[in-house]
Amino acid sequence: MSGLGNITKKEIRELLTPATFVPIILVALIFATMGNSIQGIQEQATEPPTIGIINEDNSSFGAIASTLLHTHAKSVYNSTSIDDLQNGLQTVKERNGVAVIIIPRNFTERIMQEQPGIFQVYWIMKGAGLMDTISSSAVESLIAFINMNISKELIEQNSTVNASFVLSPIQRSETTYFKNREFIGISPNTISGMLSSQSLLIPIVMMMIIIMAGGIVITSMALEKENKTLETLLTLPVKRTSIVSGKIIAAAFIGLILAVIYMIGMQFYFSGFQFSTGVNLGTYGLVLTTGDFLWIGMSLFLALIAGLSLCMLLGTFAKNYKSAQTLTFPITMLAMIPMFITMFADFDTLPLALKIFTFAIPFSHPMMAPRALLFHDYTMVIGGIIYVAIFALVTISIVVWVFKTDRLLTGTTKFKWLKGLKRRRF
Amino acid sequence: MAICMAAVDVRNLVKRYGSMDAVKGISFSINEGEIFGLIGPNGAGKTTTLRVLSTLLSINGGSVTILGHDLSKHAAEIRKLISYLPEDAGAYKNLSGRAYLQFIANFFDPKEAPAMVTKGIEITDLGVRIDDRVDTYSKGMMRRLLVGRALMTNPKLAILDEPTSGLDVINAQEIRKLVKTTAKSGTTVLLSSHNMLEVEYLCDRIALISEGKIVEEGKPKTLMEKYNARNIEEVFIRTVHE
Repeated sequence: MSGLGNITKKEIRELLTPATFVPIILVALIFATMGNSIQGIQEQATEPPTIGIINEDNSSFGAIASTLLHTHAKSVYNSTSIDDLQNGLQTVKERNGVAVIIIPRNFTERIMQEQPGIFQVYWIMKGAGLMDTISSSAVESLIAFINMNISKELIEQNSTVNASFVLSPIQRSETTYFKNREFIGISPNTISGMLSSQSLLIPIVMMMIIIMAGGIVITSMALEKENKTLETLLTLPVKRTSIVSGKIIAAAFIGLILAVIYMIGMQFYFSGFQFSTGVNLGTYGLVLTTGDFLWIGMSLFLALIAGLSLCMLLGTFAKNYKSAQTLTFPITMLAMIPMFITMFADFDTLPLALKIFTFAIPFSHPMMAPRALLFHDYTMVIGGIIYVAIFALVTISIVVWVFKTDRLLTGTTKFKWLKGLKRRRF
Repeated sequence: MAICMAAVDVRNLVKRYGSMDAVKGISFSINEGEIFGLIGPNGAGKTTTLRVLSTLLSINGGSVTILGHDLSKHAAEIRKLISYLPEDAGAYKNLSGRAYLQFIANFFDPKEAPAMVTKGIEITDLGVRIDDRVDTYSKGMMRRLLVGRALMTNPKLAILDEPTSGLDVINAQEIRKLVKTTAKSGTTVLLSSHNMLEVEYLCDRIALISEGKIVEEGKPKTLMEKYNARNIEEVFIRTVHE
């Protein structure tokens, strides 16, 4: 065999290990699950938006608007009286629709007087993620399309019509219903934008802490093995629980220092190009109290401990510094996935499989907590905290158990119950 | 005549790695204050036996009693009484030699920690280099630091796996003298070695281990007479190959 062939064969043999492939396979599976779920949302978005139409205007422009709405949207509720608004909202909500549009009695009359006709749009907002606002964007586009058609009609009827009016013969009067609250004068896109800018910092910081502190823990375990210090440590009069906890606490401490430094930088970064939407969340009672910040802090702290104990468990598999680098990859992915999910969709609007998957990742909870607390969804936050605390306790117990077995030094574990099972079977 | 209590009592010890039997039912005992050598070729089961006695590995069969404590039940108690020096041990590279000794001493009685560190520094004999980072030490300096670490805690039982491994003749000689002195002060020593001369010089009694079994046990002089051998090396070759 040639020198090149000999070296290539040896390198491939060294690289073809479960440690190299298992994390990548896991990540591929996670991406495949996410892709399928997002594809489902996209397919939903390409369908015509589901709406309700209340047309009180029988005249020409009212008829044009109504026809276009019926043609390009799926109308599940039709009426000619504004008194039916509540019924309309109820029906559209039940049919998973996005809005009830009212064409008022004076719609045509106002346009004929060269005053903008007012579309009254009552939005039913399901979630605040980017994907959740696709349907409302479709309705907004449809209204723009109606606006254009009425412009054409006006120009055809009267070529001397006021130019600035003819470009925008329709205006919107909006009310959005979201999580049992009424937001007068703003659209779902505006609410989504405001909430995203409010709750973007925590997911990014959480992700960075987990990646940095998690890397520290895994590398620490790998170096104990590589530098041959682990055996000495394990024969000293110190409890296994203390070794595990000590490593986790130290990494959490360093992780938090790194997070503070990172947050300062991020604050400057965001303030550099942040722009005001002109809407204050406080006006709608969407303010986080001191108590809410304590809940977020607790959720963040527990998620960090859970994440680090998971890293510690992975670290027991690390043979050396090189394998530790590979093992940080799944943790990085686990931290990034909920960040993107919370950015693109609301937990409430996710498909069930993705909902379970997101809930199962401990890092999701501090990322979702600020938005949930804004809407006083304490069940979600407290439920998440309880889940993450249990996750951390179970993981730490498993790590301590691994520390008490031979697996840490020999890579194998003696399962007495498994042995008994094999004996019984054969 | 004083009755010597067994510091270590091993009965039919079995240790398996998966389907491979590393140690196949060995038995031996070590008296208090004795230097006992476990001698054998590579892969004979020496290090596995020492790791078991150091509470690092669980056992698959038999029993081990150390200083009156059952290994399977009271590993935490045993760790307070023993000190283990692995063959290829290392130290934390970012620490200085002194900081490393201090780190280890902190696991013991806080009142005794300063004296332990002083003793450790004395054993290592590293001079001013004790305050340098460990990653700047030569192999010999590192081994002296680790021997100092193992013996400074005044263990009742010192388990030393190839204590002079990688050391030059002069350093090895110093370590051997140190082990002798430590045993005289009451510490029981269990060591493994490839170096037959070292074994002959150091050990009160030895056990020859081959393929996970003890093939011979006794005082070096008695064994040499029994096999009509000039040294332990000859005894070893005869017991293993004849």
